[in-house]
Amino acid sequence: MSASRPITRRAFAGGALALALGGRSFAQGFAGLGEAADGFAQVTPGRQFVFPADHGPHPEFRIEWWYVTANLVDAAGAAYGAQWTLFRQAMTSGVRVEGWANQQVWMGHAAVTSAATHHVAETFARGGVGQADVIATPFQAWIDAWQLRGLDGFDAQTVAPLELKAAANDFSYALQLKADRPLVLQGDHGYSRKSDRGQASYYYSQPFFTVSGTITIDGKPIGVTGHAWMDREWSSQPLAPDQTGWDWLSLHLPGDEKLMLYRLRQKDGRENLFGNWITPDSRSTEIAAPGNSITPTVTTEIAGRKLPTSWRVTLPERGLAIETTPLNPKSWMGTSFPYWEGPIRFSGSHSGIGYLEMTGY
Amino acid sequence: MSRAFSSEVGSGSREENAPKQESGAPFRSDRNGKGSRALWILAVMLSHWRRHPMQLATLLIGLISATALWSGVQALNQQARNAYDRAAATFGGSRTAMLVGKDSATFPQKLFVDLRRAGWPVSPTLEGRVQIDGRIYRLLGVEPVTLPSEVGTAPAIGKAGLQSFISPPGEMLVAPETLHDLALTEGARPQTNGVTLPPLRVQPELAPGVLVVDIGIAQAILKMPDQVSRLLVGKFKGPHATLESVAGDRLRLVEPSAETDLERLTDSFHLNLTAFGLLSFFVGLFIVNSAIGLAFEQRLPMLRTLRACGVSARMLNTVLVIELVSIAIVAGLIGLVCGYFIAAALLPNVAASLRGLYGAQIPGELSLKPVWWLAGIAISILGALAAAAASLAKAIRMPVLTSAQPQAWRQAQRRWLMMQSAAAIAVFAVAAGLIRFGDSLLAGFAVLAALMLGAALILPMILEIALSLGERIARRPVGIWFWADGRQQLSGLSLALMALLLALAVNVGVGTMVNSFSRTFLVWLDGRLAADVYINAASDAQATKIKAWLRERPEVEAILPGGRADTQFGGAPIEVLGLPDHATYRDNWPLLESSANAWVRLRPGDTCFVSEQLSRRMKLGLGDRIEVPAPGGTWPLEIVGIYADYGNPKGQIAVNFAALTRHFPQVPMTRIGLRVAPGKIAPLIAALQQTFGLDDRNVADQATMKAESKRIFNRTFSVTAALNAFTLGVAGVALLTSLLTLANSRLPQLAPLWAIGLTRRRLAALELLKTMAVALITALFALPLGLLVAWCLLVIVNVKAFGWRLPFHVFPLQLIELLAVALVAALCAAALPVARLARMQPASLIKIFVNER
Repeated sequence: MSASRPITRRAFAGGALALALGGRSFAQGFAGLGEAADGFAQVTPGRQFVFPADHGPHPEFRIEWWYVTANLVDAAGAAYGAQWTLFRQAMTSGVRVEGWANQQVWMGHAAVTSAATHHVAETFARGGVGQADVIATPFQAWIDAWQLRGLDGFDAQTVAPLELKAAANDFSYALQLKADRPLVLQGDHGYSRKSDRGQASYYYSQPFFTVSGTITIDGKPIGVTGHAWMDREWSSQPLAPDQTGWDWLSLHLPGDEKLMLYRLRQKDGRENLFGNWITPDSRSTEIAAPGNSITPTVTTEIAGRKLPTSWRVTLPERGLAIETTPLNPKSWMGTSFPYWEGPIRFSGSHSGIGYLEMTGY
Repeated sequence: MSRAFSSEVGSGSREENAPKQESGAPFRSDRNGKGSRALWILAVMLSHWRRHPMQLATLLIGLISATALWSGVQALNQQARNAYDRAAATFGGSRTAMLVGKDSATFPQKLFVDLRRAGWPVSPTLEGRVQIDGRIYRLLGVEPVTLPSEVGTAPAIGKAGLQSFISPPGEMLVAPETLHDLALTEGARPQTNGVTLPPLRVQPELAPGVLVVDIGIAQAILKMPDQVSRLLVGKFKGPHATLESVAGDRLRLVEPSAETDLERLTDSFHLNLTAFGLLSFFVGLFIVNSAIGLAFEQRLPMLRTLRACGVSARMLNTVLVIELVSIAIVAGLIGLVCGYFIAAALLPNVAASLRGLYGAQIPGELSLKPVWWLAGIAISILGALAAAAASLAKAIRMPVLTSAQPQAWRQAQRRWLMMQSAAAIAVFAVAAGLIRFGDSLLAGFAVLAALMLGAALILPMILEIALSLGERIARRPVGIWFWADGRQQLSGLSLALMALLLALAVNVGVGTMVNSFSRTFLVWLDGRLAADVYINAASDAQATKIKAWLRERPEVEAILPGGRADTQFGGAPIEVLGLPDHATYRDNWPLLESSANAWVRLRPGDTCFVSEQLSRRMKLGLGDRIEVPAPGGTWPLEIVGIYADYGNPKGQIAVNFAALTRHFPQVPMTRIGLRVAPGKIAPLIAALQQTFGLDDRNVADQATMKAESKRIFNRTFSVTAALNAFTLGVAGVALLTSLLTLANSRLPQLAPLWAIGLTRRRLAALELLKTMAVALITALFALPLGLLVAWCLLVIVNVKAFGWRLPFHVFPLQLIELLAVALVAALCAAALPVARLARMQPASLIKIFVNER
């Protein structure tokens, strides 16, 4: 992976962190990290997940994240989106060292989106001193004053209830997340393949959160409710060197069905589509039919780049044919490592809401 | 009028006449463009300089010397400021808001985490000193991930790699100068006190003398786990809790200041340089003013003729300004080149001074921004225009039919004599008011400026009185003429004499200050460096071994351990010096003021001495109690003595050494002083060097230490001395050029005397005597003025600038020497015109009567 080129959020926060830490110069420092996973644990199929332990960090793997996206509406029915992400990256492998010699560097992203505005903030921290960390029990993930925390009655199998908080100059939010269905293993029982050449991650989600709380935009508090989706992923292996970027969708389908879908783009123009169909009883099945496709329909120019902000998604085996439109086509994450991430809605054979993320444009 | 015209034209060359005759028609006609007309007029104007090359030279010399010294000084200041910026950019100098411990030098890192978790965008730093090969360096631990991006240009750690910077063994970033200083290459790992430091990596943006490592590594090196010295505060990115709710009263917010610490400290030094630059600038402008005044006067007939030929006053003035600006640009360029060389020549000494006085590190290579060149040219043009303002105004208002009155402008000045003196008295009153009520460094310099200005303004009056007295005493006709003519000449020479007065007074003042300082400093040094041998061990372990070895040596009469710790007091860093309880210190260490039994009272560790600088800054006196932050908690101390600590930019307190080690357990014990039996010093040093592999930097005898201190001291004032000499030189040039320009115009005064029967030789001798007489009177007046300047420097400026007050000494020999220098300068300046007069063809003198105006 070339660290000078932004790649992905989920697959390669490694590159993201590198770039984010003060721009290009830091990226050079991280360049070595984008390559082999020497000394780090490898992602292999058949892993047995254990909760709540797996809610905590896996420092034997190079990269890891805790990722929450929420589709929200206010009392008047206006739609909003909220995003909260904590990335962890290990600079070296080995037993966790306390204090400044700790191997971890953390990066937090937070955003709030409305139809008209998109506010973004980011922050960084070193591990080992308490500025940022994740503890499995009692569950708590934090960086600076931003946090994702288990509330009283926290259940490791549902990862709920949770409190989610972030604040920046022009926005903040405080949300309560509840769920009564178990979390879901993505890919093949939590083994999520990223390429044909062995790149993969461990990946589980909680797509069934219901949300209530307050978002504040430009000093104005707004009471909101809605749905949220949490992703947990960790890996040591980056994308394959020829993979240039990623288009990722999380969709709340009618009848409490969920769909997670991502397309990995390659330099040579080829692409790989992966995803999981999740039923209301938390059963997750990989979708792998040759007829599945996602295709851009509308391109938006933003930050000097052209991004496909509307998509056509077709899964013939599931009878799904939808068109997605963004709540705000300018949901650009102008962070040190920039990407597009924002709430969407879709209609067609199914209709509903979800989140879209696009990297590498 | 026509005679004046013909005489003016008659002395011109044939080629110059030609354009004038042809130009008659175009002046009246509007068919030719204004541009070409202006060119013709310019050609006519310039012909004047060809006939009076000396005047042109005078004008150029004036402008060049004004620009050169001014821009030279500016270049030095700019160089230094760049260096301060660089130092400030070292991860949050005073340009970044920061949180510091309220009553401790360091505080627990947990406060950093608590503040971050409460929304504060803070980044921790830890600062301390390490000693490598006997030299002290500032070690700065930073946390690159949270370092605010607005902290400055330096934190481009990424180049070296974040990972290699923060992961063990880490990296130690240094300026190229520091690497050179250490005599090591990149990647080498120096040792301090037995600890191996991270591999060196060059970071050109860093200030010299600073070692930058990751904060975790700094905590390990300084043996201060989980401690930080400061939190840099970045831009707030969201809501945050109040400081008190997170940190209680343990931290204090220090607002950013536009000035860096170094800028504040070195202000006085730069103000001093700037004052010299300004002085030379004005002296240079005196020359320009007299040259331009004379040139305009001599060209009046030509201007009148041009006006009569139909050239408008505006056109004439435009051309005059164009001419002046062109000359100013040429002179400005030459002046800038000279200024560059002056700055380059002085830079090593300036750098040495700043390092010696303030610990500021200035790179030795001059680098100048384009704005410096532009500013230099601009100052030359503005100076020339200012100096010519009076003449230009007169040219605008000149009636077409007025008759030529050479020297009339000077005579008009006589009317101003009284007003000028009145102005002088007013300026003196201002100076007196400033002495009485002013309380800042700027006020100190303002007093100096007012004194000088007042003295310069009143000088013509003093000379007038002196010459009138001479005239009254004189009995013989030639004698009476001598004095009367001197008075008549006065107005023409007064500007040059003012320049001489100022230069001499500054010389006396600065010379007296430097000598006073030197005398005080040497006595002080003798007391401070009382031990016979000084050792700087590489580590505590080595120091222990050395001490054990020394105890076995019979010639060693006493082993005096020493050490110093850093802490802060009143919001500024201070040093805490440990003094062993030994007769060497009790008998020799110089105290300015002390309580009874001060040394005995120092022993228990509850009292201290404070340095003069600190006592002045914090208004501390004997018997006052202070609280000093120490690692174990605050340390209450009573002040029982005040001592001079010349040349130390930091405040300092001195305590009993044993008490110091109790309160600051981390203090390196590597410094040792020895009392050694006479005659055994050299062999002992040789044995020490051989046994412990110490080099000259780590072990030195008293004589070497003193010589080194004196060398640093002398360099400190070499810049002042050099600028002093330059200023005197410029004043000499001013006198020379004034006399030269006057020489020709004085022929009408001298010719009648020659006709009466005085020989040319006698006339020349009289002229010489007269010049020497006015120079002597000026110099005599400069002496008391200079002493007054010295007093101002010692009592007002030094105290404000450095924090110490020196006793005022008068050095008669130095005064006599300067008097002689002034007279020699006058003699040199007068020699050329006088020699010319002595050899003048009688025909030239006769021609005076033919051409008499």
